[in-house]
Amino acid sequence: MRRTPRDTEESARKIRRRALLMGGAMAGFVAVLGGRMRYLQIDQADEFRLLAEENRINIRLIPPARGLILDRNGKLIAGNEQNYRVVITREAAGDVELVLKRLATIVPLTEDEIGKTLKEVERRSSFVPITVADRLSWDDFSKISINAPTLPGVTPEVGLSRVYPLDSDFAHVVGYVGPVSEKDLAGIENPDPVLQIPKFQIGKIGVERWQEDVLRGHAGQKRIEVNHVGRVMRELERQEGTPGANIRLTIDADIQNFAQVRLGEESAAAVAMDVQNGDILAIASAPSFDPNLFVRGISQADYSVLMENDHRPLANKAVQGAYPPGSTFKMVTGLAALAAGAITPQTSVYCPGHYEVGTRRFHCWKRGGHGTVALNDALGQSCDVYFYDIAQRVGIDKIAEMGRLLGLGQRHALPMSAITDGVMPDKAWKQQRYGQDWRVGDTINASIGQGYVLASPLQLAVMAARIASGRAVEPRLIHMVDNTPVAVAEAAVLPVEPGFLDGVRRGMYEVMNGARGTAKSSRIADDSLLMAGKTGTAQVRNISTAERASGVVSNDQLPWERRDHALFVCYAPYDNPRVAVSVVVEHGGGGSTVAAPIARDILLRCLTGGIPPLSAYPAAQRGRIETQFKEMKLRDTGEAAPVKSRA
Amino acid sequence: MSFLEYRIKTAPTGLRKVLHLNWPLVLLITAVSSVGFLMLYSISGGRIEVWAEPQMKRFGVGMALMFIVAFTPIWFWRNMSVLAYLVSLALLLVVEFFGRVGMGAQRWIELGPLVLQPSEMMKFTLVMMLAAYYDWLDPKKVSRPLWVLLPVVLTVVPTILVLMQPNLGTSIMLLLAGAAVMFCAGVSFWYFAGVAGLAGSAIFGVFYFRGTPWQFLHDYQYRRIDTFLDPTADPLGAGYNIIQAQIALGSGGWAGKGFMQGTQSRLNFLPEKHTDFIFTTLAEEFGFVGAFSLLALYAGIIAFCVISALQNRDRYSQLLILGVAANLFFYIAVNLSMVMGMAPVVGVPLPLLSYGGSAMLVLLVGFGLVQSAHVHRPR
Repeated sequence: MRRTPRDTEESARKIRRRALLMGGAMAGFVAVLGGRMRYLQIDQADEFRLLAEENRINIRLIPPARGLILDRNGKLIAGNEQNYRVVITREAAGDVELVLKRLATIVPLTEDEIGKTLKEVERRSSFVPITVADRLSWDDFSKISINAPTLPGVTPEVGLSRVYPLDSDFAHVVGYVGPVSEKDLAGIENPDPVLQIPKFQIGKIGVERWQEDVLRGHAGQKRIEVNHVGRVMRELERQEGTPGANIRLTIDADIQNFAQVRLGEESAAAVAMDVQNGDILAIASAPSFDPNLFVRGISQADYSVLMENDHRPLANKAVQGAYPPGSTFKMVTGLAALAAGAITPQTSVYCPGHYEVGTRRFHCWKRGGHGTVALNDALGQSCDVYFYDIAQRVGIDKIAEMGRLLGLGQRHALPMSAITDGVMPDKAWKQQRYGQDWRVGDTINASIGQGYVLASPLQLAVMAARIASGRAVEPRLIHMVDNTPVAVAEAAVLPVEPGFLDGVRRGMYEVMNGARGTAKSSRIADDSLLMAGKTGTAQVRNISTAERASGVVSNDQLPWERRDHALFVCYAPYDNPRVAVSVVVEHGGGGSTVAAPIARDILLRCLTGGIPPLSAYPAAQRGRIETQFKEMKLRDTGEAAPVKSRA
Repeated sequence: MSFLEYRIKTAPTGLRKVLHLNWPLVLLITAVSSVGFLMLYSISGGRIEVWAEPQMKRFGVGMALMFIVAFTPIWFWRNMSVLAYLVSLALLLVVEFFGRVGMGAQRWIELGPLVLQPSEMMKFTLVMMLAAYYDWLDPKKVSRPLWVLLPVVLTVVPTILVLMQPNLGTSIMLLLAGAAVMFCAGVSFWYFAGVAGLAGSAIFGVFYFRGTPWQFLHDYQYRRIDTFLDPTADPLGAGYNIIQAQIALGSGGWAGKGFMQGTQSRLNFLPEKHTDFIFTTLAEEFGFVGAFSLLALYAGIIAFCVISALQNRDRYSQLLILGVAANLFFYIAVNLSMVMGMAPVVGVPLPLLSYGGSAMLVLLVGFGLVQSAHVHRPR
């Protein structure tokens, strides 16, 4: 088609007009874009800057190192161990299965573990490290480090984990730690955020639990930069936390070990305490268990073994066990009668071998009777009838009052779990507990520590210590926190006439050193360490009428769980008391034959600061004792740890 | 003066053409592309071989093509317009049936080492076709219904083919480019008003039929619209991209966080940051100063194109230049609106900056056409 130049010129003008229009519209829109830029980048900049920072910065907690638990001399009871583990990350490993197979040739890994790891690796993001093996030996750990080039994506790591080097010796005292459970969190009012750290360990029982706040410390913080999927790119800032405080117990690890070993396989408990300041020197419960098992996560099999054992290794019998104190209670009855003015030390009672109240007849342990006895002989020979008689005169309420004064029927606050109150019954107690009136027979039973009376080995030790010192000593377990001694006020003097206490102490002396003392075979021969004590044999069953007729069946012929409990309380030296010891052997038989020798050994161990010298034992026993010590497998409790103080 | 006369008498020949190139335009294009290389280098964490180097190679090839196209007389390209359009249309049909699926859409065909994206080619062959059409058409007939219908069909057919791939972004671009050429050619305003009314009804229809078997768009496209309307409603899902993009932009502030210091970009909070969202990284690292400078550079490119069109008296050349400029503008406008939260997220790259082969080459060839029209303009 032909076009004239005018046409072209005219159409070109039209196009120019439209082009200018379009250009103007474009410029307008560019201005709008510029305005939006200004709005976002200048007006809203601060807000978006904050959002960008929130995007990239995460705050993570650094778990604090848990405080150590040491014995009174600074030996390590609970420490923190380097925990060697290996982790794998998928993105670095490439073929995870191949790498794991290679790893299995270096460290022991079961098919099952490999399978579990593979599953976990698949489930998580490719950069998340998955733990392949935990608690490796140093050897395995270094082998992995050496072989690192052939193990892409495998990283050896070091963390801290709780360890109990003296394992079973302190299982009941110190307890153990474990990962925080939902239940733990529910019980805490305002949970420390550190508890949210996966696998963070907190105390579950014992000192670990009850001194948790002291031991835990405060978490540190690190600010890290993360990318869009949460991978850590770098650390921006680090603020170290405060490690937990170290705790020194009053316990001497060597004495504790000695006591634990001395109790052996018996189901038994022993407590040794300083009679002046209440320091617990040893508090043993047998059999025991290895707390390290619980820290690692105990297997079902191991747990079943512990649960099914009829000697109840998991129970802390020293504070949780409530036993009829038997004749060890007689000091309470005697002191109550003296204090009430019902008797004097010279008041004598005739023991024909039994005691009659109305139509009921209560036997003395000695069928033939003790004849005429006053307090000294009554304690020394443990005459039941004497105490039946004087208890009748003084009444249960006064006896209970004296019992409580001596530390029975009440909870002594130690940082331990499930401490028993025991039972120190009186009339009101029975009314409240059973809705029944107190009967004469109840007093008779209570007077020799049977019937309703229940006491823990700890309470018995406190009783012995209070009799020995004449002061209301309270047991204590924490000696120092971070090298600062825990203040202990001097215990108040007991509101009992010193003469009366002396009377009872003489009786206890008679038990050990009298010609007819019930525990004279367990006496200490060293004149500077002479011992005072009291035996107890507590029935755990009712003696049947048939037995009464045919004579009581001897313990040896009974099944274990029906035999009598053997008890013993003591202190030494007699003229300058320093240490009190109580021993309870469940179903052990007689207090004098089973419990007293153990108590003497522990007492001597406390007093002599080492394996007791044979010279402290009566000459005739030295051979046997020497063999006994040789056979005891004592632990080397190690050196006192150099104590680092907190900055 | 007839068309034939002026071209013989006054068009520069041989190496003299070099002097007549629109050099400011070349410099602006090179400047914008260099910003792109810088950003790609930054985004890949300082590794040139990942994105920056391939992009630079493509730029080199594209520049060479631009010069070749520029030195070829514009009347040759005018004569090739219909053929180019038909070839593009044929290729679009080929991808429709034999194309490779990528990113959930059929867009590419592979010819040996060459990856061809016919929808990209269509952007400028459509402009060429329409420019040639209006050059041929008597200017008096421009607004007659029948003569309006024809360019509409020429535009809508490839648009539908691209939409079916499905590639919403590019199909919208084609539609806008076609409309821009028609507008510049002088088609009556009433048509545009009518189309705007129709588009409004269509948008209504799109939402009205949503959820029925006759719905027009893919579910993901509907979600993009929802996200646009309220990105905060789904901050971790569909709204994540746009929220993160705005955080990156805004946190750049006045002067930015510094080259390679953009936290949003470096830590991967930004989506598709080397392609459609490349502007966010720039804005984060160089702030308002950098972002606005880029906008100014783009405005400069478009302005030089428009000025070139105003200086030209040849209809084909004018419409071609304006078509290319409009196309460039629409890409920039839609992309920036998208990353700044002013428009829905449709997959539209930022010209010369976004990483991508076909787009870069095709755009530079488009500029070659502009240069050719500029060099061979009637004097």
